[in-house]
Amino acid sequence: MAQEIVEVPITGKIISVEAKAGDSVQEGDVICFIESMKMENPILAPVAGTITEVQVSVGEVVETGKLIAIIEY
Amino acid sequence: MFGLFETGFGSLTWGSIIMIIIGCVLLYLGIAKKMEPLLLVPIGFGVILVNLPLGGLMETIVAGKVVESYAIDGEPVGIISRIFRYGLAWEIIPVFIFLGLGAMTDFGPLIANPKTLILGAGAQFGVYFAFFIALLIGSSFPDVVNIGIKEACSIGIIGGADGPTTIYLTNKLAPHFIGATAVAAYTYMALVPIIQPPIIKLLTSKKERAIYMKPQLREVSRKEKLLFPMIAAVIIILLVPKSAPLVGMFMLGNLLFTSGVTDRLADTAANAFMNILTILLGICVGCFMSAGAFLRVESLIVFGLGVVAFSASTAFGLCLAKLMNLFSKEKINPMIGAAGVSAVPMSARVVQRMGQQANPRNFLLMHAMGPNIAGLIGTATAAGIFLGMVG
Repeated sequence: MAQEIVEVPITGKIISVEAKAGDSVQEGDVICFIESMKMENPILAPVAGTITEVQVSVGEVVETGKLIAIIEY
Repeated sequence: MFGLFETGFGSLTWGSIIMIIIGCVLLYLGIAKKMEPLLLVPIGFGVILVNLPLGGLMETIVAGKVVESYAIDGEPVGIISRIFRYGLAWEIIPVFIFLGLGAMTDFGPLIANPKTLILGAGAQFGVYFAFFIALLIGSSFPDVVNIGIKEACSIGIIGGADGPTTIYLTNKLAPHFIGATAVAAYTYMALVPIIQPPIIKLLTSKKERAIYMKPQLREVSRKEKLLFPMIAAVIIILLVPKSAPLVGMFMLGNLLFTSGVTDRLADTAANAFMNILTILLGICVGCFMSAGAFLRVESLIVFGLGVVAFSASTAFGLCLAKLMNLFSKEKINPMIGAAGVSAVPMSARVVQRMGQQANPRNFLLMHAMGPNIAGLIGTATAAGIFLGMVG
């Protein structure tokens, strides 16, 4: 099984988490929303698979590169 | 006796009804569709207010008589005409909006990837394209519309999609056009999510829109972010002195943001102050869209040319990005060229959304912010050039 690492692309604040460990996702499904530069930015699943880990929580301020989730496919 | 003609009903015209419907459309787009609500809601409601007759919002006194619409050489007595005269005509609001914009701008993406400066400059070609088209129309149809070189400058700058710069330049060069150009600039800024995507899809292939760009740009140090506004201000203003009010305020706002010791001032400039100015500006722009002022051949031509300017800027930015790809090993997603149209951050947002639609891995926002901000500087500089030429 291959793994896809989803990282924070832009410094900001996590305003919602739409997925949890164990969820099946399709390519393009929203994993979480990051607020940055006065915009709400969705972070999308780059591949279809199963989320094995979610490392962010609502309200957390995150830097670029921080792990958001791991998807197994 | 209080009859029909003492109320507004007696003075309603078909023109004012059309404009009220337009105001409702703008409100619908802002509230229901959530398209740039901070602009469209005050503008839309301003349009409705000013077209409800006998309200007196834009009254001015000209040669001792009260006229219902704003007159450049009159004394403003209506509440909105006063805000317009002392806020916009006196150039206070546009200049301080640039202070607020500077205080909320992160120059990091631009510093990390300086070639995006070229994309910001490329999108300014639309300004000059529209300038020449406007001059051509003015010289071809002199009986229909009065567009000389100063009016053409004011119309061309709409292509920069920068409301404060448009108002600033028009006020100096062609104040009689300020209503039409301000309305065009702000309405098109708010309609960026509608205007840009079809042009982007027309000029790029699906494969090009899916070009992946690594989200992590190089780390930009605090020192670089601190020095940038100071050095940029000195260089740009020495090159184009007339850009001093706009570029100077923009860079001051950014210095407040990056200095680390003026956080309170930066916070106020970027939030409370900007919100106040946006409310005042939105209402003024909306209140300029009275039937009498707007439903005229000249205003409609300005509005039409505004779309030309805007679209040309988008197209030139895209084409320049595609050209750069011919010579670069590391390809850029050409959509970020469209973000050179300096509607900050609307066009960067459009690029971000379309980028994710084309390729869910892509996160183009920070890459698009580089040209977006470069475009802002480019438009302010273009205004300075126009002022230097004909001002």
